[in-house]
Amino acid sequence: KLKSSNIPLAKYGGRHTVTMLPGDGIGPEMMGYVKEVFRYAGAPVDFETVQLDPTTDDYHDLVNAISSVKRNGCAIKGNIETKLNRPDIKSRNVEMRNELDLFVNRVHCKSHPGVKTRHEDIDIVLMRQNTEGEYAMLEHENVPGVVESLKIVTEPHCERLCRYAFDWARENGRKKVTLIHKANIMKVTDGLFLEVSKRVAKDYPDIEHQQMIIDNCCMQLVSNPWQFDVMVLTNLYGTIVSNLVCGLIGGPGVISGSNIGPRYAIFEPATRNTGSKLIGKNRANPCAMLNAGADLLNHLGLKYHSDIIKSAVDNTVNVDKIHTDDLGGSATSMDVVQNVINHVKMAAK
Amino acid sequence: MVSNRNLASRPEDRVTATLIPGDGVGPELVASVEEVFKAAAVPMDFEVYFMSEVHSALSSPVRSVVDSITRNGICLKGILTTPSFSASGEADTLNIRMRIALDLYANVVKVASIPGVKSRHTDVDLVVIREQTEGEYSCLEHESVPGIVESLKVVTGRKSLRIAKFAFDYATKHGRKKVTAVHKANIMKLGDGLFLRCCEEISVLYPEIEFEQMIVDNACMQMVSKPQQFDVLVMPNLYGNIIINIAAGLVGGAGLVAGEGYSQDCAVFEPGARHAYNEVAGKNVANPSAMLLCAANMLDHASLSHHGEMIRKAVQDVLGAGKVKTRDLGGYATTRQFTAAVVQNLVH
Amino acid sequence: SSEVRTVTLIPGDGIGPEIAASVQKIFAAVEAPIAWDPVDVSPVKNPDGTMGIPQAAIDSVNRHKIGLKSPLMTPVGKGFRSLNLALRKEFNLYANVRPCKSIEGFKTLYDDVDVVTIRENTEGEYSGIEHEIVDGVVQSIKLITEKASRRVADYAFKYAKENGRQKVTAVHKANIMRMSDGLFLKCCRDAAEQHPEVKFEERYLDTVCLNMVQDPGQYDVLVMPNLYGDILSDLCAGLIGGLGLTPSGNIGLGGAIFEAVHGTAPDIAGKDLANPTALLLSSVMMLRYMDLYDHAAKIETACFEVIKEGKSITGDLGGSAKCSEFTNEIIKKIEAM
Repeated sequence: KLKSSNIPLAKYGGRHTVTMLPGDGIGPEMMGYVKEVFRYAGAPVDFETVQLDPTTDDYHDLVNAISSVKRNGCAIKGNIETKLNRPDIKSRNVEMRNELDLFVNRVHCKSHPGVKTRHEDIDIVLMRQNTEGEYAMLEHENVPGVVESLKIVTEPHCERLCRYAFDWARENGRKKVTLIHKANIMKVTDGLFLEVSKRVAKDYPDIEHQQMIIDNCCMQLVSNPWQFDVMVLTNLYGTIVSNLVCGLIGGPGVISGSNIGPRYAIFEPATRNTGSKLIGKNRANPCAMLNAGADLLNHLGLKYHSDIIKSAVDNTVNVDKIHTDDLGGSATSMDVVQNVINHVKMAAK
Repeated sequence: MVSNRNLASRPEDRVTATLIPGDGVGPELVASVEEVFKAAAVPMDFEVYFMSEVHSALSSPVRSVVDSITRNGICLKGILTTPSFSASGEADTLNIRMRIALDLYANVVKVASIPGVKSRHTDVDLVVIREQTEGEYSCLEHESVPGIVESLKVVTGRKSLRIAKFAFDYATKHGRKKVTAVHKANIMKLGDGLFLRCCEEISVLYPEIEFEQMIVDNACMQMVSKPQQFDVLVMPNLYGNIIINIAAGLVGGAGLVAGEGYSQDCAVFEPGARHAYNEVAGKNVANPSAMLLCAANMLDHASLSHHGEMIRKAVQDVLGAGKVKTRDLGGYATTRQFTAAVVQNLVH
Repeated sequence: SSEVRTVTLIPGDGIGPEIAASVQKIFAAVEAPIAWDPVDVSPVKNPDGTMGIPQAAIDSVNRHKIGLKSPLMTPVGKGFRSLNLALRKEFNLYANVRPCKSIEGFKTLYDDVDVVTIRENTEGEYSGIEHEIVDGVVQSIKLITEKASRRVADYAFKYAKENGRQKVTAVHKANIMRMSDGLFLKCCRDAAEQHPEVKFEERYLDTVCLNMVQDPGQYDVLVMPNLYGDILSDLCAGLIGGLGLTPSGNIGLGGAIFEAVHGTAPDIAGKDLANPTALLLSSVMMLRYMDLYDHAAKIETACFEVIKEGKSITGDLGGSAKCSEFTNEIIKKIEAM
């Protein structure tokens, strides 16, 4: 029988095939920009686009999307809506992360000097647990009016998340890892998480380890966010904190997130919103998706192309200050993309 | 190893490719490509290496050619003549040594009826994908006792899996509907059986693509009677050699069909049906279409698809108009006249 | 050669008995000096417990040295060796001969095919020696011997001479398989020297495939190792319209067996709808093998004429005649000669 590690990835003659899941809302629009920018950067990447229908209740589309990622190894993704709000329909985003074992969601939140915000010079990396915790989707009604929702914490999953965070911190010259928990209340589940992190930290004496309770953490973030370096969070705390930090640095429009597993990886904008209000208005900020594209290229080992795009986006936001509504500007999506392309063209010369 | 990615894919910059003219009519065809590239202002430079088994004294060492291709990531190649005896006493040919050194495991030949070229079959549109680093071409032969020779065919699970994956990935990328594995597992139950099993296993990952299998002799019969039933075909080395040549014959011959070879990191573009045509070398009569189409595919691969498309369209227009025809298509035009016609048809 | 000779007849399964009867009727009409010895080859249990051909059938072929065989069904299941394989082994059938000639009146894309493929049938890629060296790595051995190569090469030239053919082409891949195909090629060259009156050429397998589908007229007799022969003979059959029209002969040391290589078509068995052409043309090959050239020519001419006229042809050729009507039409032609 096939072991997944035996399946070679789709890379032929130096060109990669990557799954593209445009998702819903502004996703398809943003993907168009990504393709355009990749073309100008000369990135040797071809996309296999898989569309999912948000209104259906059969899993055929989803299976198709997941097997596509398994074939190609990585994907760039918009947010996928699950329109049917029935308890038996699971979130496809969650389902996909579980199926592909993408155990960590990594988001690098860094202030943009070109965007005016209350706090400056924030530089925090969030490591969010991605496959268990509160998002286990195990809920049931015991008796009418009484519902239980299970939060699952397992030792091996906690351990590899913590190790990933420490390893990443060490490789990227970070000094401190902070674990966010609520072990004072959830003594067993978060307690386990906390205990494992303390154990793992012993293997990384060069890196400072700290713990903080989630509610305190939120307060600290708005008053003194500079004290944080790398943060490790459970699934639910992760979604709260990442949205909070993105807010601190000027909105979710620029920040990308990476979902990493032992074999597969999916890249997407950091805050997983479909932005349905902005569809077709030429107003959405394309920077987050472009940065996700750059992350993808970096993951494929195409550092040259990744850097071109990263710095083109950076220049557009911080030097040329071409800002869309969300950053307080009045530029259209196309203006931003065109400016990014101009930088890319210059860099690729 | 790092640089090939940059060079193979920077659109605004000049790209460098390795060029091996090959034997027979190869040098003439390369001249044709160079002329068309110049006219189309293609931003590509060539590192030229002469390689030949029949003129082995003049041949560049395999090592330096392989280094060049590794560095550039792309190569355009004419056909090398392989004599039935070995000058060096080695069992493997230059072609095979190069393929092994580069791990160029997948050979892809797209065969489609060409408008303007008269052939018996119409509406043929298929892709043959051939494993080309093991199987019957393992070059392991020995004479056990005088008069008895054993030749080994080696099939490995790893290589079978990756060629199967390649075929399905190709089908997915190019919107194809069906993959047919061609084999002889009814006789070679272990060897071809392993190949077939690997194809079956990979096919599970591709629910959108139909998978079927066919025994090689039947596949050949079907190929000449109803080639329209095929879409993508995947097969071991020797069968691929056979089926590619049959398929090329169906749509008008070796002068028209382009091929490409892939490893993980590099791609080599050469005519699909490998015939050097030594008998007409230097006579200015060969059809340069296959070589020009190879060059166009190479440009696509190097993210220069604007130029690639321009050249492909010009070749198709010349063939479609049917006015300038080389000898293999029943005309009297020379290689140079055909090339000139292609240049005239370039639409910038 | 007017003495009556006996031929072993294997009526086969499915449509086999019908088309065999058709051939017998035509042979009677042409007054061929042939007696039939029908045998049953349904597998029986041998004393050692394996399943095999009944001894009586083996004895019959050994006695008469010649056989005509309708299609057989290979029983599915363990312990049954393919009967075709068993017969091949039993009588040392070393050369498989398949003439493929375009049939006038049956339109295909190719109307200029007239080639004979002669395939080495006992060794090569089908030697059946395979083993797994380590997990996931399988080795399969292609065996070429001088003896078998010489035998089939000689036969090819002999066949060419006896059948008025001009040229023999050796098909090989000695540029890659330099030793094994090299040995085969050398044996062909030696045989060519023995038969200077027949033209000889060597062609790469891939070149032959390319040329065959473009211009089959350039080939005459082709001789080649097992696998290449398997592939090319079916390819040529495809050129002229399929296995239903292709005769085949197996030449061996212990005798020769001529056969129709198409399937048993159980869906139309017993309905008098089958096309007996392949078996009939195989029997024509057999007659020539027995030096009964006149009878062979008569049957062949009559058969081709009936197909060309297109009035009484069977469903597979686009007509609506029954097998018996087709047979009677041929007999009518023969009687009119």
